[in-house]
Amino acid sequence: MEKLLSEFKKGEAGTVKAVGGEGAMRRRLFDMGITPGASVVMRKVAPLGDPIEVTLRGYELTLRKAEAACVTVEVK
Amino acid sequence: MKTFALAGNPNCGKTTLFNALTGATAHVGNWPGVTVDKREGVYKKGSEHAAIVDLPGIYSLSPYTPEEVIARNYILDEAPDGIINIVDATNLERNLYLTTQLLETDVPVIVALNMMDEVAKAGDKIDVAALERELGVPVVPIAAVKGEGVAELMSRAVAMGERKGGTAVESIAHKAEELKRFYEAEGVPSPLFHAIKLLEKDEIELSRSGAQKALEAVTDGETDYEAVIADGRYTYISQKLSPARTRGAKSKQLSKSDKIDKVLTHRIWAIPIFLAVMFLIFHLTFSENLFYLNGFTEAQGWMPSLEECGMDTDSFGVKLLACIYDGAVFSPGAILTNVVELLLNTAKDGVVSGMEAAGAAEWATGIVGDGILGGIFSVLGFLPQILVLFMFFSLLEDSGYMARIAFVLDRIFRRFGVSGRAFMPMIMGFGCSVPAAINTRTLADEKERTATIRVIPFFSCGAKLPILTAVAGGIVAAFGIGNPDAITFLMYLLGMVAAIVCILLMRNTTLRGETPPFIMELPAYRLPAFKNLMLHLWDKTKHFVKKAFTIIFASTVVIWLFSHLDWRWHYLPDSEMQDSILASIGMFIQPIFTPLGFGSQLGEFGWVFAVAAITGLIAKENVIATFTTLAICIGAYLGEGTEAGIEELSGLISVISANTGIGTQEFTAALIAFIAFNMTTIPCFAACATAKGELPKGKFRYTLLFWLAASYTIAAAIYTIGAWVWPLAVWLVAIAAVTALIVLRNTGRWDITKYFRRKNNKPKKQKAHGCCDCGSCGLCEGKKED
Repeated sequence: MEKLLSEFKKGEAGTVKAVGGEGAMRRRLFDMGITPGASVVMRKVAPLGDPIEVTLRGYELTLRKAEAACVTVEVK
Repeated sequence: MKTFALAGNPNCGKTTLFNALTGATAHVGNWPGVTVDKREGVYKKGSEHAAIVDLPGIYSLSPYTPEEVIARNYILDEAPDGIINIVDATNLERNLYLTTQLLETDVPVIVALNMMDEVAKAGDKIDVAALERELGVPVVPIAAVKGEGVAELMSRAVAMGERKGGTAVESIAHKAEELKRFYEAEGVPSPLFHAIKLLEKDEIELSRSGAQKALEAVTDGETDYEAVIADGRYTYISQKLSPARTRGAKSKQLSKSDKIDKVLTHRIWAIPIFLAVMFLIFHLTFSENLFYLNGFTEAQGWMPSLEECGMDTDSFGVKLLACIYDGAVFSPGAILTNVVELLLNTAKDGVVSGMEAAGAAEWATGIVGDGILGGIFSVLGFLPQILVLFMFFSLLEDSGYMARIAFVLDRIFRRFGVSGRAFMPMIMGFGCSVPAAINTRTLADEKERTATIRVIPFFSCGAKLPILTAVAGGIVAAFGIGNPDAITFLMYLLGMVAAIVCILLMRNTTLRGETPPFIMELPAYRLPAFKNLMLHLWDKTKHFVKKAFTIIFASTVVIWLFSHLDWRWHYLPDSEMQDSILASIGMFIQPIFTPLGFGSQLGEFGWVFAVAAITGLIAKENVIATFTTLAICIGAYLGEGTEAGIEELSGLISVISANTGIGTQEFTAALIAFIAFNMTTIPCFAACATAKGELPKGKFRYTLLFWLAASYTIAAAIYTIGAWVWPLAVWLVAIAAVTALIVLRNTGRWDITKYFRRKNNKPKKQKAHGCCDCGSCGLCEGKKED
């Protein structure tokens, strides 16, 4: 099943299918390792509901839900 | 001598390696992107000396952030003899992403595999030889914190020969082949690197003449090469390089970092913990009643003062004891301050009495004792608290907690139109505006940076702290009202609120724009390295002492001379200071400050405040130094009260209120307005120079005006409201009007500015909305940009 990274619940894992968005933001996602094929685990949501923290490629990354909505993930 | 560039991700220990190599005292932090200056040093331990250039911490060589552009331009244009690519072995995959890009250039690369000690501790193994085979460049395991492997790294780096052409990941290389020929024909070095960047539709490459055409000839216009290339790099790394690491049994357990994180970013406790940490830091630095051991209010106090214990308070031993305990236990920050002040005062008294005994002239002891030593010592006395505060912020930064604070607070900051990352430079502003302004380079968005730099001075820096504590202490001592801690704390709060309001105003008017993205690494929690922390503090001490002995020294001497010479350049004794050059300048500008409460209404000594505010523009430490110098002179002029009595600011306050008959409430309001004015006005020379360098072209003039307008408005509001209360209504109406106009404009219902635009291309006055004509509050300048 595919869904957006922003819709993930704590503890859910998956593999990145596609990365949307454009320009600097998209490039930044790529540079930080969010590329098709990368496996991500949703770690937690910040106390105020946004941003989120994910584990990928062996480290912790934080991004806002708005940016996570550009990432389509195949749920494991 | 060969030159090497240090390149690597933020938080990979690059600065630690730089320190280990060069012995320089560079700052080490855990906040992504703290290294934004270009630092150079020389490695002298090997057989051959080598120059080392520290590049900013970067994740990639894309053209989007200033750091990336700095690093890219250095590698391509300056052509160093080699790149030392420092790679965090605990996070191989993402770190090697940059390596694949560096390898595409013609510059020889050596990989320093850092934090091998932590990899071993986690029970993992890395096959260095396999990594070296696959990458085709030397790979040296090191532990920068302990200095292990550094000698081998440098000997192999120096031995590296020239490299013939770059190498690229196979899946990318053949696609870039044709474009590479385009660059080869142009005679550009590192053609492979440029070709791949062009394929990615890199802005910098596309601006080259002919590049657009060459790209169109090769690509079908449909394939998304940016994604293909990023994917190719990571696929290569995970297939060919990551297997070099074998994970031990331990890495499956919940790491210590995760456990700490669970508490610190807890859904409910995160924010209370953050507030508690902030409170604890300020309490440990400034409190004169540690952990409220002596009760929360004066009435609850039960600890006797040393005098009440029957001790001889004139003996040095008891004075020393009084630094730690005197009617209450002091905080570490306060204890250090007391000890330093005690030593400095003892030294000063010794020098002055020595000079008097030797029969020196009155003016000579005056300029040495009151002018030079008095000024410098009053500034040095605040050094301990500034250092303690610095230490706490470095601890937060180095431990990795600062990044979590940004994570927790981003939601709040986004509302004001900046990202959680902007929080970092702001809170650094509590230490010093200069590094804070430099740190804004981690913000990719230009408008966000401009807004952040403008409000940084509102986060009261270490040098402004003396103004807060001295004036607050003066109010309490002179009038016996209030609580100096509370006043200080409220002033800090006021600065923060002012910053938020101003950011909101700017982001909705002159600096409108989308909230920039927030995609940030959360580094693992680390125990801060003691050595790095001490190096950092030593660096700060040196910087501060140097400032005390140069700028502040010069200005205290100038102030002393101006206050002891009249316009005919005749020496005036302290008692005739009213005729001095300084007094007449001060009296001339005094009326400017009348709306703020510390102008003409303070009578014949009011000019002291005007002069102090002006000297503060050179360095904020000067404000209190000026008071100290001038208070002594006024004491002598009045011929009443001992010098010691008036030396304190409280003495000056008592004298002025006795002389003018100004009401306690009005004067208190004026003094608080004075603090607020100094806090939010144009910062010191050093901060202005830094801000000018960091701001986009042409924004500095408006920034200066913004600071003046903001401080004048805030101080006027405090004074008028504090003195009479009824102006509160007027100010509230003015603020509500401005807010309403902005909301109306943003929602597109009524754009007031368009009327001005039609009449006049360069509108100036808009006083009707409580806006001055500075252009930086937003309403005026916004029209130009539209």
